[in-house]
Amino acid sequence: MARSVTTRRKIINTALAWSIGLLIFFPILWTILTSFKTEATAIANPPQFFFFDWTLENYAVVQERSNYARFLWNSIIIAGGSTILGIIIAIPAAWSMAFVPSKRTKDILLWMLSTKMLPAVGVLYPLYLIFIELGLLDTRIGLTIVLMLVNLPIIVWMLYTYFREIPGEILEAARMDGASLRSEILYVLTPMAVPGIASTLLLNFILAWNEAFWTLNLTAAKAAPLTAFIASYSSPEGLFYAKLSAASTMAIAPILILGWFSQKQLVRGLTFGAVK
Amino acid sequence: MGQITLQKVSKKFGNAEVIPPLDLTIEDGEFTVFVGPSGCGKSTLLRLIAGLEDITSGSILIDGTDATDQPPAKRGLAMVFQSYALYPHMTVRKNIAFPMRMAGIDQAEQDRRIEQAAAALNLTDYLDRRPGQLSGGQRQRVAIGRAIVREPSAFLFDEPLSNLDAALRVGMRLEIGELHKRLRTTMIYVTHDQVEAMTMADKIVVLRAGVIEQVGTPLELYRTPRNTFVAGFIGSPKMNLLEGEEASRHDAHTVGIRPEHIDVAEEGGLWSGRVGVAEHLGSDTFFHVHETGLAETITVRAPGEVNFRHGDRITLSPRLEQLHRFDRDGARIA
Repeated sequence: MARSVTTRRKIINTALAWSIGLLIFFPILWTILTSFKTEATAIANPPQFFFFDWTLENYAVVQERSNYARFLWNSIIIAGGSTILGIIIAIPAAWSMAFVPSKRTKDILLWMLSTKMLPAVGVLYPLYLIFIELGLLDTRIGLTIVLMLVNLPIIVWMLYTYFREIPGEILEAARMDGASLRSEILYVLTPMAVPGIASTLLLNFILAWNEAFWTLNLTAAKAAPLTAFIASYSSPEGLFYAKLSAASTMAIAPILILGWFSQKQLVRGLTFGAVK
Repeated sequence: MGQITLQKVSKKFGNAEVIPPLDLTIEDGEFTVFVGPSGCGKSTLLRLIAGLEDITSGSILIDGTDATDQPPAKRGLAMVFQSYALYPHMTVRKNIAFPMRMAGIDQAEQDRRIEQAAAALNLTDYLDRRPGQLSGGQRQRVAIGRAIVREPSAFLFDEPLSNLDAALRVGMRLEIGELHKRLRTTMIYVTHDQVEAMTMADKIVVLRAGVIEQVGTPLELYRTPRNTFVAGFIGSPKMNLLEGEEASRHDAHTVGIRPEHIDVAEEGGLWSGRVGVAEHLGSDTFFHVHETGLAETITVRAPGEVNFRHGDRITLSPRLEQLHRFDRDGARIA
C-alpha cells in the first residue's frame, strides 16, 4: 500500500534531497566552473559563480602541454583490463562460493574483504620492490594486475551476491542435461547473471578509473593514466587552479558521461537482491 | 534400457542419517512412484539416483553398470524439477535443444527431435517464446520436452505437478501417464500426493524417514498394507484405525477399516454415532462420525444420495471381510 504523504512533506523532502545532492555535486561543479575561468578569477575573493568571462584558454594550454590522448588511452587500458581480468577470475570463484559452499566460505569472503581495510600504503614498499624486480614499474600490464588485485574482493563479493539469487535447480538441470562445469558456467550461469555482471563491470571500471594511489606511485610517464595527468598539474612552481580544474574536468568527463548513461544499470546493480 | 538398482545405498548429511542403507530395484520400463510425507527422504533418494547428491555408502547400478561415481551428465538420466528449472534466457526451442547441444548432436537431428517433441507436447506455437511468457502448465511441458529429446534411459520427476493448480494437475497427470505408455521408458516419480501415486504408478515405494515401508502395485498397497503407516497413508479418505476393545475382539492390537467399507443406515448397524461434518461431493458423501465410543472420528464414504445431516444419529456396519488387522508393532497380521 502506498503511504500517503502530505504536499508540505513532499516539498520538504524534495528540498532536502536536492540540497544533499547539490552538496555532493558541488565540488565537481566548482571544478568544472573554475576550468572556464582565468587564473585570476579562479582565486578571486569573494568567489565568482557564473558571471565571469568564460574562457577556453585553460583547455588549450592543457592540450598543448600534455598529451591528453595518451593518458586517456592508458586509463582505458588499465581500468578496462583490470576489470575484465578481475571478472574472469571472479566468476569461477563466486560460482564455487555461491553454489558449493564449504564451512569456511563465509570466512574466506570476510577475509578477502578485510584486505580492503588494509591501508594501501602499508604494502607500497614491498610491492614497489617487487615491481622493480619484475620490471613492471611504469608498465600498463603491471598497473592492470595491481588494480585487478585491489578490486578483486569487491568483484567476487558482488558476483557472489548476484549468483546467490540464481536458483540452484537451474544449474542442476544443466548438469542433468549433460553440461560440463565449463558449459554450465558459460551457457547458463553467466547469461542469467548478465545484469549483475554488467553492474559489477561498470562499478569496478569506475573504481579502477578513479584509483590514484597505485597509479601515482607505480607509474612515471609511459603508463600514466588520467589520475597522474591531473596530479601533474599540481606543480610546485605555483598553483594554477584554473588549469588544474581544466585537467580534472577532462579526466573525469569520460567516466561522468559513462555513469550518466548507465545510472539505471548502476542503481539496479547496487540494490540488486535487496528486494525480491 | 533403464534398470536401476540400489544396493545398500545410504545418505548422511553431516551426522544426520537421512537414508539408512536400503536396497531397491526398479525394472526397465516401469513407472515407479516414491511417495511419503514431507521429509521422508523421497526427494533425496531421487537426487542420489540422479547423481546430484553423492551417496555416503553403497552403490547404484544403471543397466548393470556401476554409476556410483559417475557425474549426473554421464548417467543418461533426465530430470524434471518441481520449479521446472527452465533456462530463463533461452527460448523454448533453445531450452529443449540444450541437452542435445551439450551432447553434440547435429543440427538437423536436433531440429527433427524438437519438432517431434513440440508436436507431442502442444508446444509448436510457443517455440520462440521465453519461459517467462508461458503458463505453468506450458513451462512444465517444456521441461518434459527437454527431458524427452535426450532419449534418456530413465526419467526422474521431482514433484513436477505441485506448482500447478488442481485442474491442470489432473490434466498433466494424464499426459505424463500417456507419455509413459508411449515411450515405455523407466520413470521414477516423486510425490507426497497419494492420489498421484495411486493413479500413475506401476509400482509404489512408500517411504518414511528414509526407510522403505512397502513396495508394491497400487492395489497391493490398497488391499494388503504391510503396516499401519502404509494403511493410513494409502487411500483417500484415510483408513479408520481402531484400537482397544474392538481390536481385541478380532485378536489384534489395531484394526483398520476403510471409509468405503462401512455401510451407513438409520438403524440396525454394528456401531452407532452422531454425524459431525457431512461432505457432499455429489458422487459420494463423506460422513465424519463422532460419539462412536471407538475412536474420535470414524470416516465413512457413502453414495451421494445418502442424506444424513449434522447431528443425526446413525448406525454403521463395517464389512468385516474387509477388516485389516495389525499387531502391537503396527505390522499386518495375515
